[in-house]
Amino acid sequence: MTTQHIIFDGNEAAAYVAYKTNEVCAIYPITPSSTMGELADQWTTEGRKNIWDNVPVVVEMQSEGGAAGAVHGALQTGALSTTFTASQGLLLMIPNMYKIAGELTSTVFHVAARSLATQGLSIFGDHSDVMAVRSTGFALLASGSVQEAHDLALVAQATTLEARIPFVHFFDGFRTSHEVNKITLLSDDDIMAMIPDDLVLAHRARGLNPDHPFIRGTAQNPDVYFQGRETVNSFYRDTPGIVQAKMDQFTSLTGRRYSLFEYHGHPEAERVIVIMGSGAETVRETVDFLQQSGDKVGVAQVRLYRPFSAEHFMQVLPATTKAIAVLDRSKDPAANGEPLYVDVVTALSEALSDGNLPWAALPRVVGGRYGLSSKEFTPAMVKGIYEELSNSAPKNHFTIGIQDDLTHTSLDYDPEFVIEPDTTVRAMFFGLGADGTVSANKNSIKIIGEDPRFYAQGYFVYDSKKSGSQTVSHLRFGPEPIRSTYLVQSANFIGCHQFNFLESADVLARAAPGATFLLNSPHGPDKVWETLPRVVQQQIIDKQLSLYVIDAYKVARDAGMGTRINTIMQTCFFAVSNVLPRDEAIAKIKDTIRKTYLKKGEEVVRKNFQAVDETLANLHAVTIPTQAASSITRREIVPANAPDFVRNVTALMMDGRGDELPVSMLPNDGTYPSGTAAWEKRNISMFVPVWEPDICIQCGNCGLVCPHSVIRSKFYDKSSLKSAPSSFKSAALSGRGFPDVYYTLQVYVEDCTGCTLCVEVCPAKSKEKSGVKAINMRPKDPDLEPERNNIAFFQDLPDNDRGRIDFSTVRGVQYLQPLFEFSGACAGCGETPYLKLLSQLFGDRLLIANATGCSSIYGGNLPTTPWAVNQEGRGPVWSNSLFEDNAEFGLGFQLTAEKHRAVAYQLLQEMRSTLGADFVDDILSATQDEESEIRAQRARVNELKQRLDKLNDETATRLLSLADQLVRRSVWLVGGDGWAYDIGAGGLDHVLSMDRDVNVLVLDTEVYSNTGGQMSKSTPLAAVAKFAVGGKIVGKKDLALQAISYGHVYVARVALGANPQQTLLAFREAETFKGPSLILAYSPCIAHGINMEHGLRQQKLAVESGYWPLMRYNPDLRRDERNPFMLDSPRPTIPLKDYAYKELRYDILRRTNPDQADLLMKLAQENVNLKWRVYEEMATRGDPQYHFAKPN
Amino acid sequence: MDMRTTYMGMKLKHPIIASASPLSEEVDNIKRMEDAGASAVVMFSLFEEQLRHESAALEHFMSYGTNSYAEALSYFPAVEEYHAGPERYLDILRRASESVDIPIIGSLNGITDEGWIDYAKNMEQAGARGIELNIYYIPADINISGQEVERRYVDIAKHVKASVSIPVAFKLSAYFSSVGHLAKQLDEAGVDALVLFNRFWQPDFDIEQREIVHSLDLSRSGQIRLRLLWIALLYGRVKASLGATTGVYSHVEVVKYLMAGADAVMTTSALLKHGISFLTTLHDQLKQWMQENEYGSVAQMKGSMSQQHVANPTAYERANYIKILESYKSTYAL
Repeated sequence: MTTQHIIFDGNEAAAYVAYKTNEVCAIYPITPSSTMGELADQWTTEGRKNIWDNVPVVVEMQSEGGAAGAVHGALQTGALSTTFTASQGLLLMIPNMYKIAGELTSTVFHVAARSLATQGLSIFGDHSDVMAVRSTGFALLASGSVQEAHDLALVAQATTLEARIPFVHFFDGFRTSHEVNKITLLSDDDIMAMIPDDLVLAHRARGLNPDHPFIRGTAQNPDVYFQGRETVNSFYRDTPGIVQAKMDQFTSLTGRRYSLFEYHGHPEAERVIVIMGSGAETVRETVDFLQQSGDKVGVAQVRLYRPFSAEHFMQVLPATTKAIAVLDRSKDPAANGEPLYVDVVTALSEALSDGNLPWAALPRVVGGRYGLSSKEFTPAMVKGIYEELSNSAPKNHFTIGIQDDLTHTSLDYDPEFVIEPDTTVRAMFFGLGADGTVSANKNSIKIIGEDPRFYAQGYFVYDSKKSGSQTVSHLRFGPEPIRSTYLVQSANFIGCHQFNFLESADVLARAAPGATFLLNSPHGPDKVWETLPRVVQQQIIDKQLSLYVIDAYKVARDAGMGTRINTIMQTCFFAVSNVLPRDEAIAKIKDTIRKTYLKKGEEVVRKNFQAVDETLANLHAVTIPTQAASSITRREIVPANAPDFVRNVTALMMDGRGDELPVSMLPNDGTYPSGTAAWEKRNISMFVPVWEPDICIQCGNCGLVCPHSVIRSKFYDKSSLKSAPSSFKSAALSGRGFPDVYYTLQVYVEDCTGCTLCVEVCPAKSKEKSGVKAINMRPKDPDLEPERNNIAFFQDLPDNDRGRIDFSTVRGVQYLQPLFEFSGACAGCGETPYLKLLSQLFGDRLLIANATGCSSIYGGNLPTTPWAVNQEGRGPVWSNSLFEDNAEFGLGFQLTAEKHRAVAYQLLQEMRSTLGADFVDDILSATQDEESEIRAQRARVNELKQRLDKLNDETATRLLSLADQLVRRSVWLVGGDGWAYDIGAGGLDHVLSMDRDVNVLVLDTEVYSNTGGQMSKSTPLAAVAKFAVGGKIVGKKDLALQAISYGHVYVARVALGANPQQTLLAFREAETFKGPSLILAYSPCIAHGINMEHGLRQQKLAVESGYWPLMRYNPDLRRDERNPFMLDSPRPTIPLKDYAYKELRYDILRRTNPDQADLLMKLAQENVNLKWRVYEEMATRGDPQYHFAKPN
Repeated sequence: MDMRTTYMGMKLKHPIIASASPLSEEVDNIKRMEDAGASAVVMFSLFEEQLRHESAALEHFMSYGTNSYAEALSYFPAVEEYHAGPERYLDILRRASESVDIPIIGSLNGITDEGWIDYAKNMEQAGARGIELNIYYIPADINISGQEVERRYVDIAKHVKASVSIPVAFKLSAYFSSVGHLAKQLDEAGVDALVLFNRFWQPDFDIEQREIVHSLDLSRSGQIRLRLLWIALLYGRVKASLGATTGVYSHVEVVKYLMAGADAVMTTSALLKHGISFLTTLHDQLKQWMQENEYGSVAQMKGSMSQQHVANPTAYERANYIKILESYKSTYAL
C-alpha cells in the first residue's frame, strides 16, 4: 500500500483516529479542542464510517460535565466512546473521570491542553488542565507534534482496550492542535491491526446488559472501600508495558518508532532536559544543533506521563548524566515543585533509596517552568537552560521565557540565538482577519505540501479583537519534516498585506538578511519608497531586502472581490518566493480555486481566476535607494497623558511587546484598571459616520444602536461654543424652552468600526437629496485631524446632569454617558448596544457578573477593556468567573450587597444619636427607584461619609467601609445563550427561583458565537449550526415561559432594533423590580450569516413574523391582581420565511437539502403559530384570573 | 368542442397556460396546476444576475469572520457543496417534468452570452419542453441606441436557438420604436414564439420615507389592450407562435386574445389572486362561452379579430386614435 501524506492540524490528526475507532462521541465546544468535535460531527453528516463500517453517533451536550456523563453511560453499556475537550472542560469532567477509571473502563479522551483560568482566563496552551486530572486514574499520554497526535491517538486507543485503564491523550493547545503540518496518514488497515476485535468484544461484553444482569456503581462502606481501591494496582503496573508493546506493534506497521520515554542526543550527555509535549521538538532540534559544536547534551521526551514508569524512565537517561532540568508547562504554586519535576525527583530518590541508581552519584535535578499560555519556547531558551545546567549550582524552580524581576526565578538567555536552517523557507504574513490572509496561507501550505518534494508547516497568530483583528502567519517549507514548534524567527519572506501596519507594527523585525518583502501598497513602485516610515526604510537597506509592491485592493475591486485580497497576495507570494516554479504554482492555485469553489457557484471561481490573472501585471519590483530619507515615524501607541499603567503596561501589550513585560509590572491578583479601551485608537474603518446638524432631529437613535459607543450626544449652554474648534458642529437643541441650549452629536471616528447601523437607523432625510440622512458614511482621513480636536473639545464639555435627563425615552438616554465603550466586538455586534444601554442607565452603581463567552472576551480580554469610569470616578465593576457558574457568581454579588446593606442599616441605627435621628431615617427610608432618588441618596451618603470621617470611632469606621452600599446597587448577570440555555441553565434556574434582587441579561445570539457557531438550546428550529448541519429539528427552549412559571420573576423579551422604547422600558422595569428579573435580548450575530448592517432590520422582521414576540411579565401587576403578561408586539404580519431566509443560517439548508428545508420551515412556522396563540391567550386572560392570595 | 392549440410547435389540449410566477417555485404547485387543467406551465424565471450575486454573497457570508479570531476560525459547519448556481431551479424543473404530463417551459433571464446559452442547455437537459427567454433589460445608459438594444435581443435569440433543440419563445416588452420590426427580426432569427408583453418593474416612491418602493402590482384586465393591438397586428405576419400574457382575469380576456390571434394565453395574476384552482374556472368559462357562442374550435376563433381579418384594418392604426378622441367629444362635450 502506498503511503499517503496529508496536511492536517493536530486536532484533525487526533480526531481522525478517534472517529475511526469509536461508536459514540459526546462533546461540548471549548477552545482549542472544538474543532475535533466539529469534524466528527461533519464526518457523520457526510456519512463517513469508522473501521467497523458504521457511522458513529456524535452528540453535543450542555456542558463538558454532560459530555463526560454521556460518554460514561455509553461506555458502561458497551459502546466504544470518546470525547474531546480542554481546560475548564476537562475539569468539569473530573467527577466522571474518577468513576470511569475506578470502573476500569476503556476510553480515550483527546485533550488539546490549555491553561486554566486563574488570575485571568487564557485560551492558549499549556499543561495546567491535564495536570489537574493526574490523580483521576486516567493514563496520560503526551503527543508533541501533529504526526504524534495522529499516531499516539491510536496507540492510546489500542492500549486502553487491553489495559482497561482509560487514557487522556493530550497535545499542546494551539501549538499542536492548530499547527498545520504534513503528516503520514494512518491507513484503515493499520488502524484495524491495532484494534483487535476480541478486545472490542470484551469491552462490549463488560457493558450493562439485562440478559446478563449485574450492578456497577454501588455505595461502599469502610469495611471494603479501601480494599476495593487496591484491586486495580496490577492494571496500573501493567499499563506502561502494554503501551510500549502497542508502540512497538505500531512501529512494525508504520515504521514510526515511539517509546514511553524517548532519549535523543549525545550518547554521553552530561546535561539532560526532561520534557513532554511540543516543547520536546524544539529541544530535540536544539540538541542536534548544539551537538555539532560538541556539547554533550540530550533530551528525554516523556510520552507516557501516567502511570509514571520510573523503571523505564531510568533506562533512557545516559549513564553520563550529571545534571537534569525537568521542564513543566504548568504551575503548581503551592507545591514544592511542578508535577513532572516531582515525579522525576521521586523516581531518582526511589532508585537511590532502593540501591538501583545507575550512577555513582545522584545527578543534580532542577525543575523549571516554561511556555505557560502558549508563551514561546525557542532554541535560545533551550540553550539558556543547558548553560544553566553547566553551573555548579543551577537555579532550581526556575522560569524561562519571561523576566521575573520580583522573585528572580527566570533564567537569562540570548534571544539572538537562532538555528533555523537555510534549507527551510521561512515566511511571515501580516494580514487582517477580514482580508483572508490566513485562509490563503492554509491554501498555500496545501499546495506546497502536496508536492512530494516538500514538507510544510503553518502556524497562525491571531489578536484578541473580533473586529479589525490582525493575523500573523508563520509558514515553513522544506525538504525535511519540519519540527520547529516555535514562531518563525528569521524570515526570508515577509508579506505585509496591509500598508498601514508599517506604522503600527514592526513588520520587518524578523526579516532575515536578503529576505524578500512583499507589500500591499496603494502606492506604485515609483512612489512607495517615500511613503514608508524611516525605520522601515532603514531596515530594508540594512538587511538588503528585495521589495515588491502590488495594489491588491485595486486588483480585488477590479475583479469584483471587494476587500478579499487573499488570492491576489497568495499569487504574489508564489510569483516572487520561487518556492515552486511560477507557472506551476499558478496552475495549482487555480486548480485549488476550482476545487474549492466550483460546487459553490461559478461566479466565485470566475472572480478568483480574474484576480489571479491580473495579479502578475500589477506586481512590481521596487528599486531601493541607498539612504533612508523619510520623515514618517511610527505613531505613538498611547498619548503622553495616559495613566502610568496604560503607558507602561497596556501600551506594550497593544504594541505586541507584552512578552517584554517583567513580572513586577503585572498585577498579582488579576485586577486591572477600567476603561483602557479609550486609549487604544484602532482606526480600523476607512469610512465613518458624519453628522449633518441641519438635517438631524436629535432623536438619539444612532447613538442607541451604535455597538461601539462611538456616537455621543451632549447639550450645553451656547456660551460654551466660544472656545470650540472651527470644525466643531452644533445645532440649537430641539424642543421649546431652551433658546440658548445647543446640541452636538460627536462621532469618535478613530474608534468606529464602520458598521453603518447608525445610518441604517437614522430616520431623518434631506429634503433635497433623499439619499442623504442626518448621519452618513464618509471617508475618514480628510476629517481625522479636525475630528480629533472636536472630540477633545466635546470630552471637555461637562457631562449632562443625570438628574435632568429623561431616562424613559431614547431621546433622553442619548445624553447618558456610555460606560461601555470601544470594545473589540465584531463590527455591527448585536449584543453590545444592550450592554452600553445598561451602562448608561445604571453604570455608576452597576455590578456585572459576566459568563464566559463573547461578552467576556470583548468585555475583558487584554490588552484593553471597555468598561469605563465617569467624570465622578464611578463606573461599572465587572468580573468573569467561569462559563457555567455565572448565575451563582452574580448571586454572590447580590448577597454581599444585601448583607452589607443590612449591616450598614444596623450600624446606622447604632449611631442614631451621634448622626441625628432624622438624618438616619432619611437614609433608611429613602426610595431609590428613580435616578433623582438615587442621586438624592448619594448626596445623603456623601454627607454621611463626611460626618463619619470626622469621627474617631470604631463603629464609624466600620460604617464608613459600608456606606457606599446605602446607595442601591444594580446587580446584573450577563451572558449568552450558551450560558443561559445550556451550561449555566441549572444555576440560572436556581437563582431565578430565589426571591433575590438580581437582574439577568441574556444576549441571545441563538448559537455559541464565541467558539464559532455551535448549536445551543436556543438555536431555532430549521436553522443550521455546527452540530445541526441538517437544520435543527427541535424548537428553541422558551426560557421566558420557563421563568414565568415561577410567578415571581420579572421577564421580558426585547429586540432593540424592533422596538427600542420597549427595550428601554423593560430594562428600567427589571432594574427597579424587587426580585429576580430576566431579559432575553435578541442579538444579531455574524454567525447568523447576515450583513451586519441589516441587524436592525432582521430584528424587526423577527418580531413582525411572530418569531420573537416582544413581551413583559411583571409580577408587580400580578400582586395588584392584574394580568402581568403584556404582549408588546402586534400579531404576525409576515410569514416566518420572509424573516428567516434573509439569513444564511436558514437559507443554507435550502441550498444543501431543499426538501429538509421545506419540511423544517413548515414545522418552524407551525411552532411560531402555536407559540403566538399561547402568548396571545396569556395576554388576554382577564385580570380575575390573577386573584392570588397576596404574599406576606 | 376542439379546444386544442399549437404553441411553439407543441400541441396543447387548450390555450390556457400558467405563466411564470412564484407559484411554480414548488413542484407541488406545478402538479396542482396540471390537476387544475393548465395546458402547460412556464416556470418562474431563472435570473442569471441573481445567481451570480447569490454565489458571491453565499461565499462571502460563509467565509465572513473566518480565520480571524483564535476561538472561532469559522462560524458555519463546513459545507462541501451547496446550490448557489442554477441547481435548485433545475432540480425543480427536473422533478416537475418527471411528475406531470403537461409541458414545462423554462424561463430564463440572462445577462451574459454564456449565461443565456449555458442555462438554456441546462434547462433542456433537465427536461424543459421549451424555453421562454424573459429579457429584462433597461437601457439606463443613454448612450445606447435603440438599434443596439434590438441587436442585442436578436443576438441572444440566435445564440440560444443555436444551442438548444427545444423550441424557444421570446418574451419582449412593448417599449420599442417598432415592435413589429423587432418581432420580425426575432421571427427571422428562428424563435418559435413571441410572448407579448412582459411588464417591467417600474419604481414607485414612498413620499413619507422618501424611498424607492420595490413592488410589482398584479396586472389589471385593462392592460390587455396594448397586447391585443400587437397580437392582432402580428397575427399572420410571423411564423412564430403568439403568446399573450397580462391581464387575464376571466374567459373574456382569453377570448379576446385568441380572437386577436394568440396561440396561447397565459395567466399569473389571477392565479396569485384567486389560487391555482382558478385555472379550472377559466377553462370552464372559456368552454362555456364557446358553446354558448357556437364555436366548434379554438382554431375557428383564433385571429378572427386580427388586423388581417377585421372589416376595417385601419382600426388598428392611428385613425382609430383620432376616432376615439372624437367619440369622447361627442359623449362629453356640451
